[in-house]
Parts: sequence; structure tokens; C-alpha cells
Amino acid sequence: MTDATPPGAITWQVADVVAAWAESSTARTLRLHLPEPWTYLPGQHVDVRLTAPDGYQAQRSYSIGSSPADEGSIELTIQRLADGEVSPYLCDVLEVGDQIELRGPIGGYFVWRGERPVLLVGGGSGLVPLMSILRHLRRTAPDAPVRMIASVRTPGDLLYSGELGDDARLIYTRAGPPGWAEPPRRLRPEDIAAAAFDEGPAYVCGPTGFVDRAADLLLAAGYPADQILTERFGPT
Amino acid sequence: MTPRLRSRHELRLPRILRQATPARGHGGPPPPGQYYESGFPTLTVGPTPKVETAAWNLRVDGLVEHAIEWDWNAFKALPRSTFEGDIHCVTKWSKLGTSFSGVSVDELLALAQPKPEAKYVLATSVGGYTTNLPLADLVDGKAWIADTHEDQPLPREHGGPARLLVPHLYFWKSAKWIAQLRLLAEDEWGFWERNGYHHRGDPWQEQRYTGD
Ligand SMILES: Cc1cc2nc3c(=O)[nH]c(=O)nc-3n(C[C@H](O)[C@H](O)[C@H](O)COP(=O)(O)OP(=O)(O)OC[C@H]3O[C@@H](n4cnc5c(N)ncnc54)[C@H](O)[C@@H]3O)c2cc1C
Repeated sequence: MTDATPPGAITWQVADVVAAWAESSTARTLRLHLPEPWTYLPGQHVDVRLTAPDGYQAQRSYSIGSSPADEGSIELTIQRLADGEVSPYLCDVLEVGDQIELRGPIGGYFVWRGERPVLLVGGGSGLVPLMSILRHLRRTAPDAPVRMIASVRTPGDLLYSGELGDDARLIYTRAGPPGWAEPPRRLRPEDIAAAAFDEGPAYVCGPTGFVDRAADLLLAAGYPADQILTERFGPT
Repeated sequence: MTPRLRSRHELRLPRILRQATPARGHGGPPPPGQYYESGFPTLTVGPTPKVETAAWNLRVDGLVEHAIEWDWNAFKALPRSTFEGDIHCVTKWSKLGTSFSGVSVDELLALAQPKPEAKYVLATSVGGYTTNLPLADLVDGKAWIADTHEDQPLPREHGGPARLLVPHLYFWKSAKWIAQLRLLAEDEWGFWERNGYHHRGDPWQEQRYTGD
């Protein structure tokens, strides 16, 4: 067991939705108050469980986007999948003052424990755990070198746009903002080359296809396999 | 008290349950907290390794009478069998009616002959991934070294050329790019097990995380 895992079982609790806002045109952030608070590491996730009136339940995993330094609450950012079972409820139906069941913190592998320098490579909602790392690094190690590559479909899909920093490298896969110099494209070797450090870990998170591509490019750029930490969120 | 959903939203039944009963698999509800997925998502630690059959070896060692190593050709010459049924990933998806074939772990152990004190197995993959299992979960027709999925060679992203297949446990136990099974007297925790996941991982008991 690692220090990322609390001793004993990871138990369910009922969290209060204390704030909620649009994080992009297709995603929403929920701030949740935990009656039984725990500490966590940037990169960890929670499991959310919904229960229908007839008792039917659905569970999904969501990464924590906030910094552990913000005690007393956590923030999740949920990308709306139009035909999804759980994400439309969290994005469109749940209201401030409602409650949801969750348990965590989960995962001891895709976590940041203060390593530096840090390369963050995110696609779509994969930016969520990377934002937790970035926020916590800015709070606890502001002089640590960090670079971010963010790949999104369109400007409207970019999460945390005001917070990423001017030097974040943005890639638009469907359409860029007006006046954007290059046509829509996928992640390329030169993106990795421009952001790579000579040492330290790379955290890669997003849809499976994006993570596979980014990890292969990082390997080709000389990152050792054990310095490429991956979190695959699912299809596309 | 468990909060219930606002009535405006209906949790829909998993798509596949609304369809005709699938040809394979039990067709009932999935294990607790799981949903049926029609695709085959991948979950891998780090980049996906490239393993050529020419460089592939499988070793069974530790507390056995005969430590044995098979190369690809020797492995392919072993008696084969097929699994047809459901698989369950801890990230919440289950897949109904899959088909895998390969060599039953029973065949390997019949040759290697476990010593009486062997109670656990540490499975190791190319690239260093590990997972631990009770020996009892690998015997009596419950586990395979699978090199074929739906009658095709197992794709690289799903662990090809060959993976461990232990379908009655969460799928992280089914180590991809399998290289070694080491028989042990004491349980030695593998990669996810050291990182907060359950040491056994029975989906029907919802043994996802340490302490479940
Ligand atoms: C460790 C982990 C952390 C995660 N963190 C986050 C997070 O921070 N924010 C977030 O929004 N999501 C996150 N996810 C994904 C999340 O768990 C759900 O898979 C997602 O919200 C879809 O659930 P749903 O019930 O709405 O859709 P479902 O009903 O499960 O699926 C609807 C359809 O969409 C497809 N689909 C499922 N997941 C995705 C996806 N990620 N992208 C595109 N298509 C998909 C399915 O195959 C299906 O066809 C994470 C997943 C994991 C495993």
C-alpha cells in the first residue's frame, strides 16, 4: 500500500454540491463539500454513484481537478456526453444544494508527489487531473519548471482557459479560434519536442486514442517508458 | 440515506440489456457498479509495449518442481482451449459474450508441477507490470494464456501476442504481454494492488479497492 491510499476501506459518503459553474461550453465543474474529508494527491479520482428511484445504480470515475491545498471541498469537472448515462445528469440536472454519493481518493499511480520538472499533456477532459497538478504545483512549488500541452476540439471545449497560463501549448483538432495561424490538426512530434524536458515525468491524460498517440510520441522523443504516466478516460 | 436522483433524469438501462439476449454470456445484469460496453476499451500503465513473437517467452517458475520456459513455437504446440463469456474492468465497463482462446494455465502447471507450499502467483509482463493472484484462482479451468480474441490474433493494445486471462476477476488481473508466472508461498502485491486496488478483485463482490 502507498501513502496515497488511506488505510482500510474507501467508504461511500454523501457529498453536498456547494457550487457549480460552466467550465467550457460542454463541461461543468461541481464543488463538493465532503462531510468526512480526506486528503488526496493531485491526479487521484473519485467514484460517483447515482441511484434511481427504483434502486438501480450507476457508477463512474471522475478525476479531482482542485488542489489538495483547498481543504474542505473538492472540485470535479464533467464533460457532457450527449448520449451518456451519467454525465448529462451531473452537467444538466444536478443543482447546488443537491447531494451525490462518492468515494475516494482512488489511485496511487497517476499522482504527483512533487516531482520536477513536470510535463503535462492533456486531451479534452484529460485536463482535469493535470489541472490539479498545475494548481497544486503553483501553490506548493511555484519555482518548479512545468509545461503543458492541451489538445481540444474547439476553443469552446477548452477547460480552465483563464488559468492554463500564456505558455500552454494549445492544439485544436476541429477548429481554432478566429485568426488562429494553423489549420486543425492532431498532436505532432514537434509539439512534444518544443515542450519536453531532459528529465522528470510526463503526465498524459485523455481519451484512449489521444493517450496512446502522446505516449508513443514521448517515447520517440526519448522519454523513458517509466517516466510516462498515463490515465486513459475511455473511447474516442 | 442514499440520495435519489431528481426525477427529471432517467438512468437508462444499459443498451445491451435492451437488445436481444446475446448469443454468449449469461445475459443477466452486470456485477454491481458495472455497465455493459459494446466496444473493448483499453487500460494500460504507460505506453503500449511492442512485443514480437520472436522475442516472446513465457516462464513458469518459483515454487515448482520444474521451472519451464516456452518460446512462441513451443507455446503454440501446447493443447489449446477456448473461453466464452463476460469480462469486467474495474473502470466500470463489462463486456458480454467475449471469446478468447489459448492455453489453459492448468496445462502449464501440469508440466511445471507446483510444490505443495505454493499458494500465490505473481504474474509479470514485458515492461515490468505485475499483478498477484491466489493460485486457486488460476486452476481448474478458470485461467488461460490467451493469444487469440474473437478468432483473430490478440491485438497489441489488448496484450498481444499473449496475455493472462482470468475472466472471473477484474481485468487488471489479466496481465497483458505476459512473460512470467512465479509461484509463491506468501502473497506479494503487484502494481495496482500496491496502488490502492484490491488484492483479489472479485467483481461480484465489488472488490475494487484496498479494503473493499
Ligand atoms: C480514472 C478515470 C477518471 C475520469 N475522469 C473524468 C473526468 O475528470 N471528467 C470527465 O468528464 N470524465 C472522466 N472520466 C470518464 C467518466 O468516468 C465517464 O466515462 C464519462 O463521464 C462518460 O460517462 P456517461 O455515463 O456519461 O457515458 P456512458 O453512458 O458510459 O457512455 C456513453 C457513450 O459514450 C462513450 N464514452 C464513454 N466514455 C467516453 C469518453 N470519456 N469520451 C468519449 N466517449 C465516451 C461510450 O462508449 C458510449 O458509447 C474518467 C474515467 C476514468 C476511468
